[in-house]
Amino acid sequence: MTELKCVGTSVERKDAIEKVTGRAEFIEDRFIGPLLYAKMKKSTLAHGKIKKLDVSRALEHPGVKAVLTGKDYPNKIGLYLVDRDFMAVEKVRFWGEPVALVAAVTEKAAAEAVELIEVEYEELPGVFDPFEALKPEAPIIHEDLGNYEVVPIFYPKPGTNVANHFKLRKGDTVKGFAEADIVIEKEYIVPQMQHVPIETHKAAAQWSPDGKLTIWSTAQSPNVVRQLLAKAFEMPMHKIRVISSFIGGGFGCKAGASLEGLVVPLARKFPGYVVRIVFNREEDMQGTFTRQALYATLKTGVRKDGRITALEYKMIWDGGAYTEYGVNIVRAAGYSSTGAYDIPNVKTDSYCVYTNNSIGGPVRGFGMCEMQWGIERQIEEIAKKLDMDPLDVRLINGMKEGSTTAAGQVVHNVSYDKCLKTVAEKIGWGKKEGKFRGKGIAGLVKCPAQPSNAASSAIIRINEDGTAHVMVGATEMGQGMLTAISQIASEALNIPLDRIDIKVPDTDFTPYEWQSVGSRITYTCGTSVKRAAEDALGQIYRVAADLLEVPVGDLTFDGKKIYSTKDPDIKATIREVADSCKKCTGEGIAGPIIGRGSFVPTNMTNLDPETGQGNPGLFYCFGATAVEVEVDPETGVVKILQLASSIDAGKAVNPQLCKAQLHGGTIMGLSTALYEEVRFDKGIILNRNFTDYKIATIENTPHIDSFIIETPEVNGPYGARGIGEQPMIGVAPAIANAVCDALGVEFNTFPLTPERVWQALKNKK
Amino acid sequence: MTEKRTVNFVVNGDKESRETETDQTLLKFIREELYLTGTKGGCEIGECGACTVLLDGKPVNSCLILAVELDGKDLVTIEGLSKNGEMDRIQKAFIDHAAFQCGYCTPGMIMAARALLDRNHSPTDEDINEALSGNLCRCGAYQEIREAIKASSKQ
Repeated sequence: MTELKCVGTSVERKDAIEKVTGRAEFIEDRFIGPLLYAKMKKSTLAHGKIKKLDVSRALEHPGVKAVLTGKDYPNKIGLYLVDRDFMAVEKVRFWGEPVALVAAVTEKAAAEAVELIEVEYEELPGVFDPFEALKPEAPIIHEDLGNYEVVPIFYPKPGTNVANHFKLRKGDTVKGFAEADIVIEKEYIVPQMQHVPIETHKAAAQWSPDGKLTIWSTAQSPNVVRQLLAKAFEMPMHKIRVISSFIGGGFGCKAGASLEGLVVPLARKFPGYVVRIVFNREEDMQGTFTRQALYATLKTGVRKDGRITALEYKMIWDGGAYTEYGVNIVRAAGYSSTGAYDIPNVKTDSYCVYTNNSIGGPVRGFGMCEMQWGIERQIEEIAKKLDMDPLDVRLINGMKEGSTTAAGQVVHNVSYDKCLKTVAEKIGWGKKEGKFRGKGIAGLVKCPAQPSNAASSAIIRINEDGTAHVMVGATEMGQGMLTAISQIASEALNIPLDRIDIKVPDTDFTPYEWQSVGSRITYTCGTSVKRAAEDALGQIYRVAADLLEVPVGDLTFDGKKIYSTKDPDIKATIREVADSCKKCTGEGIAGPIIGRGSFVPTNMTNLDPETGQGNPGLFYCFGATAVEVEVDPETGVVKILQLASSIDAGKAVNPQLCKAQLHGGTIMGLSTALYEEVRFDKGIILNRNFTDYKIATIENTPHIDSFIIETPEVNGPYGARGIGEQPMIGVAPAIANAVCDALGVEFNTFPLTPERVWQALKNKK
Repeated sequence: MTEKRTVNFVVNGDKESRETETDQTLLKFIREELYLTGTKGGCEIGECGACTVLLDGKPVNSCLILAVELDGKDLVTIEGLSKNGEMDRIQKAFIDHAAFQCGYCTPGMIMAARALLDRNHSPTDEDINEALSGNLCRCGAYQEIREAIKASSKQ
């Protein structure tokens, strides 16, 4: 393999100067023009019929231009299951659901008018617990479930609250449990959490008189927003333009479509105006995707030598009021249900259940943090029962090259053992340090959860002077896409990085990208860009060959000039080739060079509806987390003494940014492990600001030792695979395992708040 | 109707005189009247620190202050840190240490860091943790932020 010049180096971020000088434009900074401000009237209860909705006083309020209700536009939206109302039509299904929308000339007037809207509800019995929702007598939240459009890989059960039932059957669990020496069965619970990006959700829409709709949005996935709006409003795609800017944190909550559709009808009513909606913190907590709570029962059968022979996983997910996106998290957790372990006999049932809690949806990890919590906790129980080292149990059962997943997919390029051993060694595994001190480890794996044909594309324009523009549809939300993707382009084009420009997407100009989710962009967009660069480079060589009258095979390009390897004096500058190249006679050879590349997975398949067997993963990324904690027995406070995190990146395109992702994911994981839980009272969120919903601050951040393992992903660009979500997955179980090691108590849920830890210790005594 | 009042102040070194509504927050005033959009809102109730600016050299949440309070004061926003096209050393350190990801909390984070370094030339980890505990970064760049501040203080 030739030596890499740009990929694998820690170059400065492409967006660095803009971001530290305050010049980086986030979407709200681009809401310019004659503005109208939109504000929502939100439901005050979680389940109720709208008996009366009187907007007359709001309409008379000075400054108000229009008020819309759900009846004015009963359109529905959804990525996988079209179940979601833009605004409640006849009934509300969660607390905070929009029931009316005001547009006014100032934000203040809009807010005042919202208060003048009168709504009368007939309260319906609510369902706030998925087990209640599964009972035959439970109130039905979506009476029309059977009529909703659904992607046929999901299995809603009309007449019930089940939005999806994913089934997986691998091997023979009866045989597997019979072979086992011990059987362990436990319940595990993971509460709801919120992403709380510091930038809330924001969007604006403008309708031009020729019927063109322009959307500015914090969306992670402009192409999906365009696709879903085109469908919901029955518009052709070329009439919808979605503009992205720097995104102030995504973590999944800005995936799919969210608030964009709210302002479209208002924009249509007032052509020329830019109608904007900006969620405040409370609205962001209540009206955007929440991580679904999981209630699980996990049973494993294990031989005396530590080999797991069978696994049975039943997962009940609190999908919330709408599950248009959540149904796929339930599916992903189902087909991945053995975590990082190769288990021959598996039976899994994963249910997405409607409740009147907040809308469930994608969060960093996409079901893996929740599902692998149980697995990584249960391995501790196995080790304890067999009197084995939990690290050994992980190594014995851990996936290796050629192992099969729960879905029966064969995994390749795996160094899971190395990930585990690296972090274990770092924290001094096996050495007990003190009475209230303990060590814990957890493994992790995740593949991108995406449709088997989720595509990506790229265009590279070579300018007349040989500099280049890379155009992609991926978004920049901090993960460093702009930098990594340009590094891949620079490497493949052999054009220096400082001669390459890249911008955030705009669907009128940048080519298709399915979504910037699932840790897939480095791989999918990276592959497209590599292909586009190779295409452009091929054109550069062909044009130069024509110009220099030398066979293509004899030419090489050093970034500035193309020359013959046989006679370096036969040469042309990139400028001569790229600037509408002509022969010395004046005859033209070629116009501007435009490279194109696209990508669609060819290694993924549908899954069998009865057994869940097939190939759901584009690639698998493994990692591990190890921690040492000290617990204060008086207060229950868990102090992190050591925290080590490893991830197999395949090839770190930019090691510094790769480590930054590793640290960031680890901190988010730590935050959920110790602090975060959305608390509901009959669907009403009790902790809806940063005072009540605590996230990790700099004070809570210990030093993290991070390790990038590089086992090349053979089909990834330069061996790279995505790692954005993965570092979060192992943190909560690793911390819980360490606390258990320290105190000899068990936890089946988190966060490990001082109260919970103290209570566990008290119960033990 | 809301009352209006004239405020005289210095912003990023320049004297200014503007009329503002008495219930206008400093954050909105900075963004919508001064067009200094580098200052970001994240919660608008003083919990996240994204809107941190320096008022008479002290870091404040601009969402918790009224624009009328600016009268007679010296305001520095993120745009005022670069002098003659040259970035402040804390800005450079943030770049060198990749001390940000999405960049949304970064202006506030950098202003809080600048204020810390102005009053403490060699802060310890504890000093940094305390000074920046009111600035939330959901991307979790805290470790890099600490490193950037320490590197900057050594210069």
